[in-house]
Amino acid sequence: MTAQVDEQSYSKVKHTYIHTYVCMFNLILREMNMMEEKQTIISVTSLEKSYKNFEVLKGVTFSVTKGSIFALLGSNGAGKTTTINILSTLAKANSGKATILGYDCFSQADQVRNYISLTGQFAAVDEGLTGKENLRMIGSLRHLKDVGKKADGLLKKFGLEEAANRRVLTYSGGMRRRLDIAMSLLGEPQVVFLDEPTTGLDPQNRLGMWEMVRTLAAEGTTVFLTTQYLEEAEQLADYIAVLHEGIIVAEGTPDKLKALLPQGMVEFTFHSMEDLKRAEKVFAAYRISSQEQSKSMIVFTDSSLDQFTDVLNLLKASGISVSDFKQQKPTLEDAFLTIIGEKKEDLTHEN
Amino acid sequence: MKTKIRNGLSDIWIMFWRCTLNAIRNPETLVMSIVAPATLMFLFVSVFGGAMNVGDYDFTNFIVPGIILQCIGQGVVSTATSVNSDLKGGIINRFRTMPIAKSAVLSGHVLAATIRNLLIAFVIIAVAFLMGFRPDANLFQWLGVIGILTLYILAVTWISVFVGLTVSSSESAISILALVSILPFFSSGFAPTETMPAALQSFANHQPMTPVIETLRALMLNGELGKNLQLTLIWWIAILVIAYLASIQAYKRKLTI
Repeated sequence: MTAQVDEQSYSKVKHTYIHTYVCMFNLILREMNMMEEKQTIISVTSLEKSYKNFEVLKGVTFSVTKGSIFALLGSNGAGKTTTINILSTLAKANSGKATILGYDCFSQADQVRNYISLTGQFAAVDEGLTGKENLRMIGSLRHLKDVGKKADGLLKKFGLEEAANRRVLTYSGGMRRRLDIAMSLLGEPQVVFLDEPTTGLDPQNRLGMWEMVRTLAAEGTTVFLTTQYLEEAEQLADYIAVLHEGIIVAEGTPDKLKALLPQGMVEFTFHSMEDLKRAEKVFAAYRISSQEQSKSMIVFTDSSLDQFTDVLNLLKASGISVSDFKQQKPTLEDAFLTIIGEKKEDLTHEN
Repeated sequence: MKTKIRNGLSDIWIMFWRCTLNAIRNPETLVMSIVAPATLMFLFVSVFGGAMNVGDYDFTNFIVPGIILQCIGQGVVSTATSVNSDLKGGIINRFRTMPIAKSAVLSGHVLAATIRNLLIAFVIIAVAFLMGFRPDANLFQWLGVIGILTLYILAVTWISVFVGLTVSSSESAISILALVSILPFFSSGFAPTETMPAALQSFANHQPMTPVIETLRALMLNGELGKNLQLTLIWWIAILVIAYLASIQAYKRKLTI
């Protein structure tokens, strides 16, 4: 009798133990999965680069999560291409550190090159060869097996089947771009760098490119792209870093960044400088950006009707007359100006 | 290590294949390589041949080495222009971000140029033969001809690579390299140097083209080599080494961004 009870309670205890173990095991698995999801694949710390006496990058720091789409957003001359050049082992930084999968982008360039591919601003194709020959060339240089089969697959995927045996010389701009990307995807690199992939593309090809980037990320490839368009970064990226004159001025998810950026703006043009100065005081509670040359001033709002009427009422109450005014959506340029304006103010306050 | 060497060789082979396909498909290169040499040979033999007296030699036999060097001088120009356009396009950056030897790109160009220019020499000899060229060389002398031509081609190809790496446009590459194809005219290639004005004569006797031409002529026509073989080796090995080192330096500088 007692022995039976013991046996029963023993099996119960055993069961509980097993259950606990299974639970713990699941927990560890989940933890590991989460770690995998959050794994950093590109890490950049205090990167500095100058050409002769011109500082292009002035201490850039960011990291890219494995399998994500990362957008480096900035206007011309911000240092986007320089950053991509350093990460893709083309250029050496003056100081700071850049690693991909733990390998240093300069001292361990050969290892890094096994995992990356670069699609620059100029199509990196051999014009004298056909589309298929171009793909075969890259496949052979990567020492892949079944190069012919892989080339055919990519030609089909990028709608270049019919042009496969024509020399690239005869391709249109959009076709070159597609072949360029197809060449970059041979060998399934873990990180794909795209330097302004949609610059110069017509709207239809642009949408096609976006689709391609999304598909790549869905397949687990990490995509690092640069762009001048806020809209493009918002549409595509999981994470955006805004580069301006060699410094990351803002970064975050598109939602976070959107909240940071002004949504609406009203632009006033005044008759005189005195009026402009007076108006600046009137709108002390708002974010503003004034242009002394054109005697104009931008007041940023949250694009609500309440704020818009408030802005107009404030001006009316002050009695300052304007020569012109308009309401509009802020462009990336305007958004930059506010962020940078605030940074400068912060700096002067600190000083 | 073994796979590294095998991969390196296969990379050079792929680059060679790429340059050769480009050359075959470019009508300009094809004309430069085959039509121009044949025409030049024809022109010299049929137009000037009757009026020229080059002493002990038959004129057709006499000018073959000069024509070969002149045409190779023109043949290497396309190497400079294609190296130049490689650097300007995006393709060089694609190669550089791939796990392949940096040198493979230039090696591919040089290998393709060497084979193409040896072919040019072969075309000239074949056309010359049809027009009355009668060489008197044994197998070893022919091997010597191939060896000397290979050395010459390698040296001028590396000069061409250096020019392609350093000039800003392919137009300037063409004009700089015109020098290489003009120099054979001021040597013993087309007329004996004794018939030239004194100043030109001393230049012709001491410039690097003359010993190559004399060596090739002696090998093909079973004549006296004299000091020409040594002079050829000294001149052209030195030029090859300098042009190679200068090219590697220029390539490194160009790639530092």
